Amino acid sequence: MDRVSDALNPGTGGRVVRGAVLAYIGLLVLLPLVALLQRGLAGGMDALWQAISAPGARHALTLTLWSAAVMTLINALMGTAAAWVLVRYRFPGRTFLSTLVDLPFAIPTLVTGVMLVLLYGPRGLMGDWLATSGLKIAFAPPGILLALLFVTLPFVVRAVEPVLLEQDPAEEEAARTLGADAFTVFLRVLLPPLLPAILSGSVRSFARALGEFGSIVVVSGNIPYKTLTAPIYLFGEIEAGDPQAAAAVSLVLLLFAVALTYAGRALERWAGVDA
Amino acid sequence: MPERKRLNPGQKLLLALVLAYLGLILALPLAALAVRALESGPGMLLAIFSDPAALEGLKLTLVLAGIALVGNGLVGVAAALVLVRHRFFGRGLLDTLVDLPLAVSPVMTGLAFLLLFGRGGWFEPWLTLAGIKVSFAFPGMVLATLFVTFPFTLREVAYVLLELGNDEEEAAVTLGASPWQTFLLVTLPNLRFGLGYGLVLTLARALGEFGAVLVIGGAISGQTQTATTFIYNALEERQTPAAYGMALILATASVLFLLSLEWIKRRRDKEK
Amino acid sequence: MSIRVDHLYKRFGDFVAVDDVSLEVESGELVAFLGPSGSGKSSILRIIAGLERADSGSVFFAGQAADHLHARARGVGFVFQHYALFRHMTVAQNIAFGLRVQGKSRADQGLRVHELLDLMGLAGLGERYPRQLSGGQRQRVALARALAPQPQVLLLDEPFGAVDARVREELRHWLRRLHDEVHVTSIFVTHDQEEAFSVADKVIVINRGRVEQAASPADILDHPATEFVARFIGDANVYEGKALGGVVPIGRLEIPAAGVTDGTEVSAVLRFYDLKFWKEDQGIARVVRTMTLGDRVKVEAVIDDGPVIYSQFPRRSSLLAGIEPGCRIHIEVTLARLYPKDAGILVSTTPPPA
Repeated sequence: MDRVSDALNPGTGGRVVRGAVLAYIGLLVLLPLVALLQRGLAGGMDALWQAISAPGARHALTLTLWSAAVMTLINALMGTAAAWVLVRYRFPGRTFLSTLVDLPFAIPTLVTGVMLVLLYGPRGLMGDWLATSGLKIAFAPPGILLALLFVTLPFVVRAVEPVLLEQDPAEEEAARTLGADAFTVFLRVLLPPLLPAILSGSVRSFARALGEFGSIVVVSGNIPYKTLTAPIYLFGEIEAGDPQAAAAVSLVLLLFAVALTYAGRALERWAGVDA
Repeated sequence: MPERKRLNPGQKLLLALVLAYLGLILALPLAALAVRALESGPGMLLAIFSDPAALEGLKLTLVLAGIALVGNGLVGVAAALVLVRHRFFGRGLLDTLVDLPLAVSPVMTGLAFLLLFGRGGWFEPWLTLAGIKVSFAFPGMVLATLFVTFPFTLREVAYVLLELGNDEEEAAVTLGASPWQTFLLVTLPNLRFGLGYGLVLTLARALGEFGAVLVIGGAISGQTQTATTFIYNALEERQTPAAYGMALILATASVLFLLSLEWIKRRRDKEK
Repeated sequence: MSIRVDHLYKRFGDFVAVDDVSLEVESGELVAFLGPSGSGKSSILRIIAGLERADSGSVFFAGQAADHLHARARGVGFVFQHYALFRHMTVAQNIAFGLRVQGKSRADQGLRVHELLDLMGLAGLGERYPRQLSGGQRQRVALARALAPQPQVLLLDEPFGAVDARVREELRHWLRRLHDEVHVTSIFVTHDQEEAFSVADKVIVINRGRVEQAASPADILDHPATEFVARFIGDANVYEGKALGGVVPIGRLEIPAAGVTDGTEVSAVLRFYDLKFWKEDQGIARVVRTMTLGDRVKVEAVIDDGPVIYSQFPRRSSLLAGIEPGCRIHIEVTLARLYPKDAGILVSTTPPPA
């Protein structure tokens, strides 16, 4: 639907609504981000570089990017597998599972952190077992990874599901009648149409992970140079009364956010689940 | 819909893998909270309902969520209509802009509002002059909540609008309906499931918002402390029963949201 | 109410959808816009309804210019190809919609809905939702909804395009009968010539945004004004050739062209049923194939030194005697239409032999 008929073109009322909407978005969304941009750049490029390359900041950014990348990889694989199973297989508890997948959208991220501590923390359900086996999850990088996997779980599943639902089984059957083995069918017939959806879900996960705060702040222990991620580093700088440094580091994350959001939209259009 | 077939061993393996994964990532942490709640009995909840600060926090969170629901519900529908149906300069830019709150860290959101309204912020001189307090006060928290919940209704409604096309609206127009009648009688009823879905997501996000309200609000007990920042402070002060109690309340609310989402989906599919 | 359209012009981006279209529809007429898809016929209909605004040109209702009127103020009933029923309303609510937005009383709405449900053969379905109806029923609801506010003009955009062949046949009769009863000036758009000819009083053939011919079905069949109409309507052989001594030679076939100046390049359109084949060993063509199509037989032959030619005969026709693949035949052209290349309009038809 590229064109809207002339009779439905917005009249005066419609244009007033549009003006109001643009003003709302401009003031509520754009203005704060512009303030962030202005403050981040206010000290000049040198100050910006200094703030970003301060050892603490650099470590936090690196940790954030790495853990987000590892999470995204796992998410792309397991999210696709989960969508596949939920759409294609019939098994008891399928509906329940399908509902459960949306849980991370409904639950506060801070509560996610609390739950993870209750599970993996020193006095958690698995605390004793973890202590004897020498594994460290809470207050360590695996905790960060588990938190990220939890909060981003629905993205890939929900992106891939509609595409799977629309896939015509005849394509698969046609490939099989042409003598293709299961692996070839998967690689050549089933996967290509899913790819844009997998990518768009992955991009959304990655972007979300870069900004994640509530779950990580509880579960990671926030140990500088060990488990301190970028958003928590920012929080520390703000608490310490240095919003200038915080704004500078924010710029890096903002750049990622804009680029990833743009890419996510483009991928969604490509995947045909445009909205 | 594939008929119920026996799964072959490869498929069983994949199913087992997915079940194990979802169990590990989602179900296990949720179960940990449930077990903890059962262990401590009503004590956890009592810690909340006998604590005035906790109740204040809960109330504040509900008020913030209510404002987000109404504000972003109304604007979300209008903005979706503008984004899908209007053609204007800068529409592509707007399309990315409205999604940004999903990708911007809540901490950055709080910081951005601090830079506008806080000490040394853009608007600070005027605000002091007018005697209005935004940062570390209610108005700032309202703004932060509106920011983080903005995309939800908009996206769900925009998606439905796009699917719907505008045949029915054209029909309404040829039958003599005014733009307002067309919207109220034809467009809006068709949006109801998408709108409901978006509103539940908005509510869930608003209730759970933490980073942004922490930064802009400061989590001052009895003033700017929300349900989530209450948990945070309680954890810091090692008041674990209170923290877990509040977490349990919020988790219960989430399960209710989840069920409403499922209910909306079913209603929608039934009418398809 | 009569409709007049004057020099309409409309483009979508680079695509010219309507290119200087003028036409007239008399009050009470049932008219078909016939043309291939993408020919601009729907665009003209939508401009008449006010759903689209013409870049230039005017629409008149009963002699009054309507260009300044918004679609909602034109009082035109419009039936959409895919019904466009309000999916969240019952059939009765759908039909009542036009009256409801006018502020008519509930009682008035109820009476009219009842009347239309009966008229459309939908009695008893008033409380159903559109998704619970068949395609044919949905289209009748759409028709009832458009008629409810008693429009003086009814416009139907490919009204039977989305239903299967049998239902389409039924709905055609419906439309014709309905029109004979309510006599509202009606235009419907179709790409199906059989539909246009069997239902309409007048057919307007449209191609590439232009009107090719506006006439009664019989006139269009007998006197196609342009080469496009001749090609588009009915099954025909089309040849390009040059007039020479009163004929246009196509291989050994000589198409009569009395009165056409020598050397004129023409398109010759020969309808299948305007040709006679009979078996003759000294003939000018050879039969390649015969195909039985229900009660008719289609014969494919190759003209000596020329192209393929087709003809069609009733299955029991004496002309078919002895015609089989491989046999030689003679061809008689009983009626040919010639369209000079530079003009494109009909200059000569060979009158049928007395």
